Amino acid sequence: MSVSANIAELERRRAAAKLGGGEKRIAAQHAKGKLTARERLEVLLDEGSFEELDMYVEHNCVDFGMPELTYPGDGVVTGSGTINGRLVYVYSQDFTVFGGSLSERHAQKICKIMDMAMKVGAPVIGLNDSGGARIQEGVASLAGYAEVFQRNVLASGVVPQISLIMGPCAGGAVYSPAMTDFIFMVKDSSYMFVTGPDVVKTVTNEVVTQEDLGGAVTHTTKTGVADCAFENDIEALLAARDFVSYLPCDNRSGVPELPSSDPWDRIEDSLDTLVPANANQPYDMHELVRKVLDEGEFFEIQPLHGANIICGFGRVEGRTVGVVANQPMVLAGVLDINASRKAARFVRFCDAFEIPILTFVDVPGFLPGTAQEHGGIIKHGAKLLFAYAEATVPKITVITRKAYGGAYDVMASKHLRGDLNYAWPTAEIAVMGARGAVEIIFRSDRGDPEKIAEKTREYEDRFANPFVAASKGFIDEVIYPHSTRRRIALGLRKLRNKKLENPWKKHDNLPL
Amino acid sequence: MFRKILIANRGEIACRVIRTARRMGIATVAVYSDADARSPFVALADEAVHIGPAAASESYLVPEKIIAACKQTGAEAVHPGYGFLSERASFVEALEAEGIAFIGPPASAIAAMGDKIESKRLARAAGVNVVPGSEGEISDTESALDICNQIGYPVMIKASAGGGGKGMRLAYSDTDVREGFDATRREGLASFGDDRVFIEKFIEDPRHIEIQLLGDKHGTVLYLNERECSIQRRHQKVIEEAPSPFVTPAMRHRMGEQCVALAQAVGYHSAGTVELIVSGADLTGESFYFLEMNTRLQVEHPVTEAITGIDLVEQMIRVAAGEKLAFTQEDIGIDGWAIESRVYAEDPYRGFLPSTGRLVRYEVPEAQFHQAPFPPSPSGEGMGVGPVPSDKPHPLALSPEGEGEGYVRVDDGVAEGGEVSMFYDPMIAKLITWAPTRSEAAGLQVEALDRFRIEGLGHNVDFLSAIMQHPRFLAGELTTGFIAEEWPEGFAGAAASEELLRTVAAVAAGIECSHRARAAQTSGKIDGVAGSWSDWSVRMAGRDYAVTLGDGHAMVDGHRVEGTCDWRPGDSTATASGNGLNLGLIVRRDGVSWRITTHGATHRALVLPAHIAPLARHMIEKVPPDLSRFLICPMPGLLVSLHVGQGDAVVPGQPLATVEAMKMENILRAEKAGTVKELRASEGDSLVVDQVILELE
Repeated sequence: MSVSANIAELERRRAAAKLGGGEKRIAAQHAKGKLTARERLEVLLDEGSFEELDMYVEHNCVDFGMPELTYPGDGVVTGSGTINGRLVYVYSQDFTVFGGSLSERHAQKICKIMDMAMKVGAPVIGLNDSGGARIQEGVASLAGYAEVFQRNVLASGVVPQISLIMGPCAGGAVYSPAMTDFIFMVKDSSYMFVTGPDVVKTVTNEVVTQEDLGGAVTHTTKTGVADCAFENDIEALLAARDFVSYLPCDNRSGVPELPSSDPWDRIEDSLDTLVPANANQPYDMHELVRKVLDEGEFFEIQPLHGANIICGFGRVEGRTVGVVANQPMVLAGVLDINASRKAARFVRFCDAFEIPILTFVDVPGFLPGTAQEHGGIIKHGAKLLFAYAEATVPKITVITRKAYGGAYDVMASKHLRGDLNYAWPTAEIAVMGARGAVEIIFRSDRGDPEKIAEKTREYEDRFANPFVAASKGFIDEVIYPHSTRRRIALGLRKLRNKKLENPWKKHDNLPL
Repeated sequence: MFRKILIANRGEIACRVIRTARRMGIATVAVYSDADARSPFVALADEAVHIGPAAASESYLVPEKIIAACKQTGAEAVHPGYGFLSERASFVEALEAEGIAFIGPPASAIAAMGDKIESKRLARAAGVNVVPGSEGEISDTESALDICNQIGYPVMIKASAGGGGKGMRLAYSDTDVREGFDATRREGLASFGDDRVFIEKFIEDPRHIEIQLLGDKHGTVLYLNERECSIQRRHQKVIEEAPSPFVTPAMRHRMGEQCVALAQAVGYHSAGTVELIVSGADLTGESFYFLEMNTRLQVEHPVTEAITGIDLVEQMIRVAAGEKLAFTQEDIGIDGWAIESRVYAEDPYRGFLPSTGRLVRYEVPEAQFHQAPFPPSPSGEGMGVGPVPSDKPHPLALSPEGEGEGYVRVDDGVAEGGEVSMFYDPMIAKLITWAPTRSEAAGLQVEALDRFRIEGLGHNVDFLSAIMQHPRFLAGELTTGFIAEEWPEGFAGAAASEELLRTVAAVAAGIECSHRARAAQTSGKIDGVAGSWSDWSVRMAGRDYAVTLGDGHAMVDGHRVEGTCDWRPGDSTATASGNGLNLGLIVRRDGVSWRITTHGATHRALVLPAHIAPLARHMIEKVPPDLSRFLICPMPGLLVSLHVGQGDAVVPGQPLATVEAMKMENILRAEKAGTVKELRASEGDSLVVDQVILELE
């Protein structure tokens, strides 16, 4: 063959591979409002940066007439590219080829890029759109899944792993995304469940739609399995670009830095009036979060699940921080099962990837009730406590108002190795609210409202302030609300070289 | 002159009075309720006295508390502002009894003008036009015809006990009266049990025009020209201007003379305003009629100050101190044109529902113009205040045909982080612009309104801008029905021209480009970011604009847009120009899109690199599921109260239920208009998340 013929052959093969399952299936994909595997990568990655690997890999199945039916690439597009110039490894399942089903070779391709990502320290982004196991391959397909699972686990805490669910993801397939750090879903076109509506109907007689059982809305509101839901492929992929810009490449590289013209010592006078005069009136903690962070930019995760706690990423002086904040607007900001689990996982992610944690506290305690107790709030609440206690990254805490009871301890208190623990003058650090406390201490005076009121005032005067805690050294400084950003920026600078190590252990035993 | 005065008011007018007093070297005392403890006027005053709880009836409306505050601080006089105690004769008498001066008219004049019937009688006696109408009972159709012919058509035949549009009939001719008179009587009898009928002249194309008066205690009363306040919504003034585009010098003279006569008849001094209703259909300008007299400073007084150069608050203080007016009627001129728009905490996008809450962000145009500048006074020493407007560096670029003359004044009493509470008037600020001509003053309004950044509550800035750009407003064809006639279906943003949309598309592409370019400066890169930085596709309101960015210009769908935008990553405000349009922008990132607010509307733009745009066309436009029919409980809690019952009609934003969770009360509001079909929960119920509280239809 002449050189030009060789090149012609290469071009022919590339063209064949790029056609995936063929024009008809591509049109069908488009008709559903979905992009193809390669189109998605075009949106996700910097223009022209995608370098594909294993384009010519084919399946090795010999049963059920499969040898006659091969497609180059075998239902998944893998490789690497850049997002804003930073390296990421990607795989993108191709629904037009065998419905994106996972074969042994398909899994091998995914494993290859995961191994590469681990070696060089770069995030892995998986775009999931797969009907499930390649049934024709039987146990070989299951083995493929397990190979991926194993790598998900080994990569956990080493490189960030992000899953975008952009089509079906059912059965065993759900467990790979489940073990990644973040899951984004596309509304109406993606779903995740262990068993689908048909099996549910057969086994339990429940009638449920795919969307209700495991759609984007279900998983971002009810279950908390997914972190964010988006209207369509384009919005999900563009959001993923934004999201990746906050994440370190791996657990040793440190947070990325972006130039910003937002002054580090910006004063926000309006924060002096954020906490309302009436202690029972809620306020939106998002305002504080946005006014502290660079340019008011905040990428919130799970905004609609466990909304009584706010978690997400922002930047201070151009460097990524993780924010955890009680939200007085929702359930008065109490800690419950959902909030504890959500924040615990977030704190652990930040700690694993050396992202400093800012904690804003206004918490009246844990949510009472049988639903919570019988749901195991003890163990779930312990997760957040555990996560904060083991975290060695810089931890700065600001108490804006209530910090009551055990929840005070949990929320990155001084006792859990908080590096800088600030309080606003409006802070109330106490075992509980004044009235509740008085009704216990002066139980015998319960029938005397005047006496209770007087004792309540007394208790408030004594404890409804940050100074008792400050006098014990539990609060490092009582700060003006308007200077919160300046204090935090300065604190982060000072803590940049913080070194703290936990005792050697094989691993901890988190209260799961 | 007084050494110390107390301002028995709050908010912007308290700030306004304090500024003038300070300039005159007079110390000031503010009084404030619980709700106002953190308000700017309290900090601005030299002293402040707390006078009680938030409810005005227990604080600002209690004369004893004001008087006690005067005694406590040694204030020699009280400026009442507008509203509250400003038109209460007994308050003036109580002050006088304590030897404290009232900066306003005499109690007798307040009392005389405070009574609707008495004031009309006095007006007629003083030779002021009143709306012609029947007096006493009308016995039959024939006498009705006589009366109608005397008044002149068209006339309104009204049942005496009627109201709400019922029992009213318009008549343009004798035939109409013959047909209508008895019918109206029958309706009155049937609906109200009263068949008495009266007849009044019907004012066609009614305009609200008022005369500003200023008098001293030495018998002089002058008129300081008119203001037109026809742009109203449900009898609430929205836009005021001076002079009126309808009033001729001759008409002004006649109106002024009549109003001065009325003021003199009641021994008036200080500032006051006679409100007139004017028929816009009668181009002779003869058809103006007395409505009422307001015996106080008006909200819209700054437009008069702007065209006359007279500080009305200063004059009120001088008059109260016994000084003579230092100028005469001949000194009063009209310099240029002034327009005031009222920025209210109400949401035009949701049926103008009042909105309360925290001002999370509050920025107003050009801080150096924040204080009231005044043009030079027509005469007299100590009258002129502040610099000549044209001496000031002009903060906003006027449209190209403008001469660069003009200024912006913002009168407000709030600050970022402050609260617009439910206890008081929902006005956030007054924006006053002055320019040599009316169209320039309106153009300046549009530019200045672009520079209001208000977040945290609903506001009407977009709506004000829409009025200022409306061709009918610019033509001066105003009536009191303007808003109802031009926005019968409600408001959904100011109309945007193709030119404006193309400019916004170019701006959005430029913003995305800067945003991406900055993101490409991140640390940890292995490569520069390749690709085209000039070609973009901008999707706004379902339309795609192809934008190619150039240096100082952009091509949008083949049209050249000349201009620039000064936005930098992280900015929430910016300015842009495009083919002669000067835009102030509020820029917000909304997910992966941009929300750009300018010229009275918000544009949501998704900007994609051109090579991605074809892919975006596969996305399916989704119709959001209609959950607004249901009121869903967002949190577990106790249903404290239901504010509506079955069959009630509700409007968007109306409170439907209050749910208490963790001892906090949360008000749940209607998302859309409807009727309550069914209540699914009752007061006292414990609710779980997503539980349906009620259903609308």
